Amino acid sequence: MTSPPLQPPFPRMSTAPLFDTPVSALRRALDTKEVSSVELATLFLDRIETLDPALNAFITVDRERTLAEARAADERIAQNHIGPLTGIPLAHKDVFCTEGMLTTCASRMLSNFVSPYDAHVVALLKKAGAVSLGKTNMDEFAMGSSSETSHYGPVRNPWETGHVPGGSSGGSAAAVAARLAPIATGTDTGGSVRQPASFCGVTGIKPTYGLVSRYGLIAYASSLDQGGAFGASAEDCALLLAAMTGFDARDSTSLERAPEDYAAALAAPPADAGKPLAGLVIGLPREFFGDGMSVDIRTAVDAALAQYRALGASTRDIDLPNAKLAIPAYYVIAMAEASSNLSRFDGVRYGHRAADYTDLADMYRKSRGEGFGAEVQRRILVGAYVLSHGYYDAYYLQAQKLRRLIAGDFRRAFGGCDLIAGPTSPVTAWALGAMSGDPVQMYLADIYTTPVNLAGLPGLSHPCGFDGGGLPIGLQLIGDYFSETKLLAAAHRFQQATDWHLRRPALAA
Amino acid sequence: MSLTTKQIEQLAQLARLALPGDAVNTMRSHLDSIFSLIAQMQAVDTTGIAPMSHPQELAARLREDVVTETDRRAAFQVVAPQAEAGLYLVPKVIE
Repeated sequence: MTSPPLQPPFPRMSTAPLFDTPVSALRRALDTKEVSSVELATLFLDRIETLDPALNAFITVDRERTLAEARAADERIAQNHIGPLTGIPLAHKDVFCTEGMLTTCASRMLSNFVSPYDAHVVALLKKAGAVSLGKTNMDEFAMGSSSETSHYGPVRNPWETGHVPGGSSGGSAAAVAARLAPIATGTDTGGSVRQPASFCGVTGIKPTYGLVSRYGLIAYASSLDQGGAFGASAEDCALLLAAMTGFDARDSTSLERAPEDYAAALAAPPADAGKPLAGLVIGLPREFFGDGMSVDIRTAVDAALAQYRALGASTRDIDLPNAKLAIPAYYVIAMAEASSNLSRFDGVRYGHRAADYTDLADMYRKSRGEGFGAEVQRRILVGAYVLSHGYYDAYYLQAQKLRRLIAGDFRRAFGGCDLIAGPTSPVTAWALGAMSGDPVQMYLADIYTTPVNLAGLPGLSHPCGFDGGGLPIGLQLIGDYFSETKLLAAAHRFQQATDWHLRRPALAA
Repeated sequence: MSLTTKQIEQLAQLARLALPGDAVNTMRSHLDSIFSLIAQMQAVDTTGIAPMSHPQELAARLREDVVTETDRRAAFQVVAPQAEAGLYLVPKVIE
């Protein structure tokens, strides 16, 4: 499928419906009192009520609570206490703790957990005056690539509801794709922001590990977990990500860095308007363009790269020789850390406790056996195995050594290019249930996203076309450490010249 | 490699997971498939490569040894399955 012959630039038009308006335009409408935050929140709450039964993108929506936040935002706007996101509605992945609100991580284990505190990300966005529409559905404990393992049932792809939205942040991606929320938070441990963004035709960014605090983000694999942002465009992602980043002493891996105004960097006019990406060198890893990628994806990615060249960028082939080892290394590290992190769920301090048990050990076993779904149990068991005496060196340490090799590949590659590009996923959204028989089938589809997490680099996915069945295709851009501005700016220039990101699923009309 | 039923049960015991009896066979086939995937790692010679535990290799941050948390015991115990008089209740462990 090719793009219709439109002439750039393509700003979302003022005739576009309010639910499909860039955050920057919502900001102006709020500031000029054309619309109130209560009206905006009501608009999106009504859309959730009408459209979400077909998608299952949300686990918890609390209309009264949302409207109270919107009224408070309207007061702040009236008093001119305005930040970039004051009064802007958003959705939170249900992996982030929200004080006084159900926080389930899509697990039966936490189906009764009302968090006593806010995650750092949630607190920052609250402070910025953003209005939370609710908590989005996901793979249980963020373990999955399809959002099918949720205790609350699978999320459906807004482009084709018989297909998955990707995962694990599938609810957030589907919500933004269907315009049930203008922006949404997510987390990315092995691709959980970029891959669902790709499957749902939206933009998603995972920043450099350490930029977003993990405090209050229910841990899966701590050395890989990182908060990220979804939006309809790179510009919207820039606004959300800027509000999510910042040092937090409560996260031992939080980085002390001055905040960056990504949106301002995007708004700066390029030196050469005709060639806004002049001088940018994009590396194309041979390993990301080999077998296993569908023809439709190959065609769409090649066309996107031609567009980047038309904008002034140059492309060159590079090598990431160890990238193929990312899948086994990633799954060993993630499962090991998961088995350790999830040992906290013991039926004593919070979460599910079995009704019948004989003694303390039996209570642990039954509470965890009932509370965790099959995929979570698999990962805990493999994690326990690879960490056990006699296997630790062969598996966990070996995986950490491969991790260093993979990070080294990227370091060498960035000596000769500014960004790296390729497909986000070798496949488009598969049919619900199609990959459920063999978990490894699904793991293998994470081939292009997991190396980025192992190295701790920032990555972004933006829409670049559709397959023959009308399902979105994503282009992944990978940057060197702390190159979020460069990543977002490149995607922004691409989006100023194309209209893939403006397409909306029929369901979201 | 293939795990025996006994090995899976032992692993489940270590992980404090009660697996329903009929789940063990499905679990074994899935675990076998995962172990053959991760076995690929063994073919790589990593002699002399140091393990990398975190992407940003920074020294652990130190802070003053002072109390920074406030007492929120009551708020935290509201979500406990069973708590009484400020204590978490568990089945009796000492006769």
